[in-house]
Amino acid sequence: MNAHSLVSRFNFRLTFWKGVFIILLLLGMVSTFVRFFFGLGTATNLSDQFPWGLWIGFDVLCGVGLAAGGFSLAAIVYIFNIKKFHPIVRPAILTAFLGYLLVIIALLFDLGRPYRIWHPIVMWNPHSVMFEVGWCVMLYTTVLALEFSPIVLERLRWNKFLKIIRTFLIPLVILGVILSTLHQSSLGSLYLIVPEKLYPLWYSPLLPVLFFISAVAVGFAMVIFESFLSARAFNKQLERSLVSELARVIVFILSLYALLKLQDFARQDVWSFMFINRTETYFFWAEILLGVVIPMILLSIPKIRHNERTLFIGVLLVVLGFIMNRLNVAITGMESYAQANYFPSWMEISVTLMIVALGFAAFRTAVKYLPIFEKSEHIEIPYRKQIKIRKVENRQLQKEKTTN
Amino acid sequence: MSYGFLIDTTLCIGCEACMEACQETYQLPSNDHYELSAEKYTVVKSKTISEGDIYYRQMCMHCQDPTCASVCPVAAFEKTPEGPVIYHENRCMGCRYCIMACPFDVPKFEWQKSLPLVKKCTMCYQRIKEGKIPACAEACPTGATLFGQREDLIQIAQERIKQEKDKYYPYIYGLNEAGGTSVLIISSVALTDLGFKANNFQEPLSKLTWEVMKEIPNVVAFSGVFLFGLSWIINRRIKLQETPVEVDKDSGREKEEN
Repeated sequence: MNAHSLVSRFNFRLTFWKGVFIILLLLGMVSTFVRFFFGLGTATNLSDQFPWGLWIGFDVLCGVGLAAGGFSLAAIVYIFNIKKFHPIVRPAILTAFLGYLLVIIALLFDLGRPYRIWHPIVMWNPHSVMFEVGWCVMLYTTVLALEFSPIVLERLRWNKFLKIIRTFLIPLVILGVILSTLHQSSLGSLYLIVPEKLYPLWYSPLLPVLFFISAVAVGFAMVIFESFLSARAFNKQLERSLVSELARVIVFILSLYALLKLQDFARQDVWSFMFINRTETYFFWAEILLGVVIPMILLSIPKIRHNERTLFIGVLLVVLGFIMNRLNVAITGMESYAQANYFPSWMEISVTLMIVALGFAAFRTAVKYLPIFEKSEHIEIPYRKQIKIRKVENRQLQKEKTTN
Repeated sequence: MSYGFLIDTTLCIGCEACMEACQETYQLPSNDHYELSAEKYTVVKSKTISEGDIYYRQMCMHCQDPTCASVCPVAAFEKTPEGPVIYHENRCMGCRYCIMACPFDVPKFEWQKSLPLVKKCTMCYQRIKEGKIPACAEACPTGATLFGQREDLIQIAQERIKQEKDKYYPYIYGLNEAGGTSVLIISSVALTDLGFKANNFQEPLSKLTWEVMKEIPNVVAFSGVFLFGLSWIINRRIKLQETPVEVDKDSGREKEEN
């Protein structure tokens, strides 16, 4: 490689987004310094009244949920063997892997003594939901790393390892699904212990189930969302029939979620809380309408699903609604009990933004240097048709055989 | 057999000797902030009602089935057989789930330190081990904070309420709250009037999460078998469909070959 190609390879052009990225990184680094040298009290607006804030509410609860596409899509492709979704399974696994790494980074910020993050490995308390979440996140991040490794191994041409990983792919995927089911729901179980602290509109014995279902829905939404962004960023064709079909799956999951919610409201008898003039009420309705009802209606209309623009809006609403839900549980719903008027400090916000920015940058870099998106020569054939074609081929083969 | 406190607010004169004793024993800085914090493990508060001031203490209730111990991912909290709920600071990673979960809002965090820990009353566990009684109970001049076996304290409380019916509100706070606590409180008014939690949680809170947690082995076993089965069936079907079909000569119909 001569000097010229080296230069052209690393040539750096400042674009708008790169500028934003650098600013976020700098602000985040200032906050990081303050947080680790002067303590959580200085860097955050957290207090004894409000011990969990933005970092738990957004970075952890939303981060883990938004990365749920990894396990659900892996299940669809490798367990249900619906091969047509194969082109988007890799970006989904990449997002999940990056997402979990970022969650762990965020945890290091939030923990009072981050260097003890390994303690749950040796100091057990099986009664603790947090203990279970910790173990699941740890194991699942390992599983994701292994699921992701073929992409790197392909690039490095380490075929021996590749073969080993491929043999164990199905058990790995199944393990990933089990671990995800456990901790996606357990993030909801975390809040089961605060029946009188969490506002009645959000507290429910069904929290684990609701958290799991909404995570599956938003996982798919994120997969579509990413496909859009990468199609735009890398100038490639969107797998349109795939994403619109995924959107149909989202409608199904969202209706399941809505049904469960309704049943839960009835059982908990919280109707009276829905129409009182309080901040919680507005946040609640915004979450339900924007995140569940409207996208459900939008995405159930085929015309909207098949149009790139409107599909994007529908999916974006699902994602935003999900984020609102998690923030409502973690922050809005805890405000009235705590009486602390918590709102994240600029340092909390800047750390969160820095972590998100790092995620975007890592995704971009990975897509640039690794074979994440398959070549578009791939021809899409719907599942059932594929089988028919095979049968026809078989018959022809048979005929040839018999004539011979 | 476990120890506990009986706090009788009708005997408390608000001298704050317990607060000072606590502060001295643990060498805590003094401040005039009358709230529990990482630097105050107990606090004497007062409430004015028609008959005059009522003084009452806030401190760790030392639950029989502590929520903090149930939620802590690294088992940093422990309910000792002697009664105190103690904290192993070398385990704690600072996740603050205990602060979130405690129904009495007792554990407090060292927010200003770069390497913080959680702080709360330990019922002077070290002193109990040495055969002494907790510093606050020792310092109390009126017997408003009484230290002893929980069973004995319950009897004393019941007797006091029985003998002076017009002096006491007939309720022992802590008998069943959050599944029962080692600290029992009796008073001339309902404890809820003093800002204590309403007695709507008579069972340990840890039950709420355990109901879900105990299902985990089932979920793992069921979904493991289910998913393996599913993937096996689906893959087999696809494989079968891929294998060439043989024409059965007798009936003239297709027959699938394995």
